[in-house]
Amino acid sequence: MSPDNIFEGATGSESSESNAEERKLGYGAAVVETMAQIMREDESVFLAGEDVGAHGGVFGYFRGLQPEFGDDRVVDTPIAEQAIIGLGIGAAVQGLRPVVDLMFMDFICVAMDQIANQAAKLKYMFGGGAKLPLTITTAGGAGLSAAAQHSQSLEAMLCHIPGLKVVMPSDAYEVKGLLTSCIREDNPTIFIINKRKLADTCHVPEELFEIPLGEGHIFREGSDVTLVAIGRMVDEARGAADILSKEGIDCELINPRTVQPLDIDLIVESVSKTGNLVIVHEAVRFGGIGAEIAAQIQEQAFDYLDAPIGRVAAPFSPIPFSPALEKLYVPDAERIAAGVRNLS
Amino acid sequence: MEITDEVLIDLYKRMVRVRLFEEEAGRLAESARLPGFLHLYVGEEAVAAGVCAALKNEDQITSTHRGHGHLLAKGGDFNRMMAELMGKATGYCNGKGGSMHICDLDLAMLGANGIVGAGVPISVGAAYANKLTSNDLISVSFFGDGATNIGAFHEAANMAAALSLPMLFVCENNEYAEYSPRDKTMAIADVIERAAAYGFPGAIVDGMDCVAVFEAATLAIEKIRNGEGPMMLECKTYRFYDHVGVKGTASNYRTDEEVEEMRKRDPLVIHEARLIESGVMTDEEIKNFKDTIQEEVDKSVEFAEQSPFPENDDILLDVYTNGGRT
Repeated sequence: MSPDNIFEGATGSESSESNAEERKLGYGAAVVETMAQIMREDESVFLAGEDVGAHGGVFGYFRGLQPEFGDDRVVDTPIAEQAIIGLGIGAAVQGLRPVVDLMFMDFICVAMDQIANQAAKLKYMFGGGAKLPLTITTAGGAGLSAAAQHSQSLEAMLCHIPGLKVVMPSDAYEVKGLLTSCIREDNPTIFIINKRKLADTCHVPEELFEIPLGEGHIFREGSDVTLVAIGRMVDEARGAADILSKEGIDCELINPRTVQPLDIDLIVESVSKTGNLVIVHEAVRFGGIGAEIAAQIQEQAFDYLDAPIGRVAAPFSPIPFSPALEKLYVPDAERIAAGVRNLS
Repeated sequence: MEITDEVLIDLYKRMVRVRLFEEEAGRLAESARLPGFLHLYVGEEAVAAGVCAALKNEDQITSTHRGHGHLLAKGGDFNRMMAELMGKATGYCNGKGGSMHICDLDLAMLGANGIVGAGVPISVGAAYANKLTSNDLISVSFFGDGATNIGAFHEAANMAAALSLPMLFVCENNEYAEYSPRDKTMAIADVIERAAAYGFPGAIVDGMDCVAVFEAATLAIEKIRNGEGPMMLECKTYRFYDHVGVKGTASNYRTDEEVEEMRKRDPLVIHEARLIESGVMTDEEIKNFKDTIQEEVDKSVEFAEQSPFPENDDILLDVYTNGGRT
């Protein structure tokens, strides 16, 4: 799919707050709509990043913002990831609410000092005096043959750094509710846009609304196995749950929505009902967020577990370019279903 | 430029505050009464004093690991500084930042920084906020010669120029990147060439002379405030003590003779001679002023030592805004 037609050819997917009667909006279109509405109501919000202005972002999800808000509030920056984050930090400390974009999540590595050593720690190091209402948007996820430097899911790395909040919307409804919360939040947040979800539509309210950061969502109730899926993997886990229901296995599907803070209570509650847990993410399995969830569940719900906790995630390799290999790399519904069947 | 007597006295007072506080901190470190690393600013006082005296109170500054001088020259409080150096709850950062992270947002001092060069992009952000809100303020980033070898500096310089931001770059060229001499770490003699590379003007200034720094900063700041975009000052200066501490064990990277030679250009001595010669202050006034400041420094040590350490529960306080504890 060309980035230019992300708002077309929508495949449609049920919203986490499904209501077929109401307006549908694409995942990418929800980013633009949310940004525009927030920028209309709050003059302290501005957007800066590479190609976010005249070009509307390489994926088009900032298109139309610069014509409406001007090039002072929708700023095309040099290709300079450290300075882009620094721009956001300095402006946020001054009381503005910057949204700064790192085109691809992989580029976070270029800006890691400003994110991990500056933005995350500033409030704490300064004895609490500073507020840092900074939102970092970035496109993560594999599946477009973008290869090893344009496809990664690096959320676990970010979750390990105290001071950051890490947000992974799984559909357009969550894009709007979570992005609104991020921008209104007084802490640095990283809002991870899944680039393979951009054309998917679902019901999204016209007006701004907030989804609280740190509250997960039970996407589907079930009694046999708890599936926890992150970001786009919610779609694949839903597919797995459909497959498994035909085999008589009833899955409860939980979407944490934010991985830092993580709604572990919701998962504990579910596991204490189902007795089984499988965690699904696009990031590599080793050291992924699934490892943290598994550790916390064995600490808090060990007595409820009927089987070892399963994880379905990427193998420990860089992301391959070849479509044949990338297909093997990214978990899908069949692989998740197999992971559930393998629970002993 | 005509420099009034008030300015001459103001510059001197700022430098004395830095010098006496820093000398005291050095003594405390040598007697193991301060935890952690201590990067003393002694020798470079003319830069912070000259620039800060030319700023409005609300103009923002970002600083370096050698940051005490910048905060004190902008009007920082001895008690909160000393308490922070000792890790006490009454310190600038409630004891949780220490020497390398002192800040005072009320003085628009956006923090010292433990990462070389990392304050420069943050200054770009403050400058952007100034531009966007048309508040007539500028932001200043202090950094060393060593910082101009790191990517963050170059990204920030280019971005400030490309966006034509109200920002002053102040390079404190003390000739050493930690323990490595400048001529081993860069192939140019003057850091100012790097400003030209990004398309903004600058000047080389005698960083041991507070009046020269003040004059250059005043001229630059006026142009920046008028919307002419960023500028840079390269202040040629020297630190009298080691990269860390007072005189460390690994001190063979420069000779004692070199340090002694540079001490003849001590910015306080130069300026004291000027004040006396021009009749602005007498010997006695200078001595009395120093005694007053030393008393304040002594009181800050007492204040810091008597202050409590943070509570155990404070370890999780202020990781996030709202709720505070995770």
